[in-house]
Amino acid sequence: MSYILIIGAKSDIAKAIAREYANHGYDLYLAARNVAELKDFASDLRIRTGKKVKTLDLDILDFESHRIFYENLEEKPGGVVSAVGYLGDQEKAQSDFQETKLIIETNYTGVASIFNIIANDYEQRKSGFMVGISSVAGDRGRKSNYLYGSAKAALTAYLSGLRNRLHNANVHVMTVKPGFVRTKMTAGMNLPARLTAEPEEVARDVFRAQQKRKNVLYTKWIWKWIMLVIRMIPEWQFKKMSI
Amino acid sequence: MIISGWGMYPKIESTVLRFETEQALANLIGEYYGLVPRGNGRSYGDSALSPVTVDVKPKNYFLSFDESSGLLHVQAGALLSDILEIFVPKGWFLKITPGTKLITVGGAIASDVHGKNHHIEGCFSESVKEFRIVTANGTIINCNRESTPDLWKATCGGMGLTGVILDAKIYLKKIKSQYINQVTIKTKNLKETFDAFEEFKDKPYSVAWIDCLAKGNAMGKSLLMVGDFSGEGGLGYQLKPQKTIPFNFPSFTLNKLSVKAFNELYYGKVRKKVTKQQVDIDAFFYPLDAIGHWNRIYGKNGFTQYQFILPKVHSYDGLKEILATIADSGKGSFLAVLKLYGKANQNWLSFPLEGYSLALDFKIEKGIFQLLDMLDRIVLKYGGRIYLTKDVRVSRKTFEKGYPQIDTFRQFRKEHGMDKKFQSLQSKRVGI
Ligand SMILES: Cc1cc2nc3c(=O)[nH]c(=O)nc-3n(C[C@H](O)[C@H](O)[C@H](O)COP(=O)(O)OP(=O)(O)OC[C@H]3O[C@@H](n4cnc5c(N)ncnc54)[C@H](O)[C@@H]3O)c2cc1C
Ligand SMILES: NC(=O)c1ccc[n+]([C@@H]2O[C@H](COP(=O)([O-])OP(=O)(O)OC[C@H]3O[C@@H](n4cnc5c(N)ncnc54)[C@H](OP(=O)(O)O)[C@@H]3O)[C@@H](O)[C@H]2O)c1
Repeated sequence: MSYILIIGAKSDIAKAIAREYANHGYDLYLAARNVAELKDFASDLRIRTGKKVKTLDLDILDFESHRIFYENLEEKPGGVVSAVGYLGDQEKAQSDFQETKLIIETNYTGVASIFNIIANDYEQRKSGFMVGISSVAGDRGRKSNYLYGSAKAALTAYLSGLRNRLHNANVHVMTVKPGFVRTKMTAGMNLPARLTAEPEEVARDVFRAQQKRKNVLYTKWIWKWIMLVIRMIPEWQFKKMSI
Repeated sequence: MIISGWGMYPKIESTVLRFETEQALANLIGEYYGLVPRGNGRSYGDSALSPVTVDVKPKNYFLSFDESSGLLHVQAGALLSDILEIFVPKGWFLKITPGTKLITVGGAIASDVHGKNHHIEGCFSESVKEFRIVTANGTIINCNRESTPDLWKATCGGMGLTGVILDAKIYLKKIKSQYINQVTIKTKNLKETFDAFEEFKDKPYSVAWIDCLAKGNAMGKSLLMVGDFSGEGGLGYQLKPQKTIPFNFPSFTLNKLSVKAFNELYYGKVRKKVTKQQVDIDAFFYPLDAIGHWNRIYGKNGFTQYQFILPKVHSYDGLKEILATIADSGKGSFLAVLKLYGKANQNWLSFPLEGYSLALDFKIEKGIFQLLDMLDRIVLKYGGRIYLTKDVRVSRKTFEKGYPQIDTFRQFRKEHGMDKKFQSLQSKRVGI
């Protein structure tokens, strides 16, 4: 079966998604920076599933390299999933523009850069799917993480526009909005157990929703309703709250 | 976090450490004292218990497999069941497997586990080419028989007391089918049971269920099951859904259950003295794994397994005395597992030696430890020893007498600073 390209493949969510696709018979391109760290993971996947698994170096912030990266893929992937992200340090970012820039560029600019290239190719081929992992944090800005949230909001808007553009080309675009997930990114945080998903759970949801060509996926599903409520709070009230 | 062994006794509070990288593990070992590695917690007693434990189970990647030699390179946290799930359909099986597949490769090396084929193939370490281990000073050593013979002999069977095993290269064996041709032999007493073991000792796999309540002439009445892989039936191995015991069982129902199971076989299914059947891998090697959390059937106070081995020359007399003592006590599980073992290996703390071993479960209750002390005395009288990976109570004295190389092990640990770094409740109790 065709290759799936996983971008940001060292992320715990990405690894779980990679397993899910390989278990369903897909071959994999795993792209990440310092990709050597994925060597053992890739061997494991190959042995467990018998699928082809290739690891590729990709820095999402090295925009110039993206075109070559994609051109060098001998067999173009049948679909792409991006899990790159950077939560960053909100407080630091408020006074250190380098941190702000890193948050925005990792979560948004970098993904837009590589997705543009892939979208153009898929549009011509009239096939393929694109999945971007955004976040519920992009649904409304909060003081605790609005730099991350705003970058994810940009990504969410980008994916929505891309979906609109590629609809006629039969290319499906899906936006994934996880709530809390137990990963490296949230290690050490005190997360409410009932609202927190394991990476494997997110991966199952993503695979199933992508196969069904869903447009927007909240995972866990309850976040859809939580965010509905949060979005409905009037701004005059929201601005006084600490959530 | 509260942890315990498979016997659910004792339960202790432990800081469970996890690590991402090898460097991170080395740092943890530098920082802490008195820690012990932990696999899947299927040792029965306190081998993998300590106030600080290192959780190796998440390290479960397959690193490489050589189709021509059957050599598998795998991280120490991988379960034997993972290996089977992937490799049985490709025609490979474990050379050595214990009676549960729910243990890690690290745990298999640390207890130098054995299976129904011990009399022919020996212990798990026999299937290991080499392994990597992080020792007390944080260095990673590639350990094999030739370059680091002492570390090898100390670690295989060394109960996690020499360091944390990271990964291992183990040989798998080729099979043509996932079915086993099983022969069940019904015996009327211990003499017949021993004779049957001898008669069938060329069969690669053998084990007996022995009725521990049978007295007098019927003492030692058993069902001996021997088998060999079939050439037919295919390799369609799949993980089956488990039944599970959802809560702690009132223990009085237990003996009823096992009595029923045995009698059904003994008087029902196995009508003739010798019967033949074809059974699959799970039914033959791992019957207990079909029921998740079966350890709960002993109730919330937990249980222990008493497993000893006696040298062959004394096995008959020793077993008679022990079976009589158990039957008189009215305690103990009704069913026990009896097996004939092959020659001992060189490892300092490996359990097996040439002779017969008996394993049976005891619910933790009043008077139980006195009874087991009594059994210890008989075991020592006949030159036997106790299996550490099942144990939770053996005294230092009893333990030492059974393991002549114990001082070599102690000395080795001291010399390499392992005695302070790596400790379990068990190692402190038996003074190793
Ligand atoms: C139903 C059942 C049937 C069994 N049948 C048999 C049998 O037939 N034959 C037999 O020999 N045993 C048998 N056992 C015992 C079992 O095989 C051993 O106790 C085994 O060591 C358990 O492995 P584990 O991964 O669960 O390790 P744990 O129970 O977590 O640990 C066991 C020991 O291994 C050490 N250890 C674990 N991982 C590492 C590591 N990575 N590096 C260094 N040390 C480590 C621990 O410190 C501890 O001392 C049986 C157990 C059960 C529950
Ligand atoms: N965990 C949650 O609760 C949660 C909630 C909502 C949304 N999300 C989103 O889910 C996605 C996956 O996150 P995760 O939780 O699995 O966290 P994670 O492990 O931190 O994953 C983020 C990944 O992005 C990669 N990355 C960052 N900068 C990069 C760059 N310049 N080039 C290439 N890769 C880069 C990281 O690579 P390195 O490993 O090299 O650093 C890391 O693997 C992210 O987009 C995150 O925003 C997570």
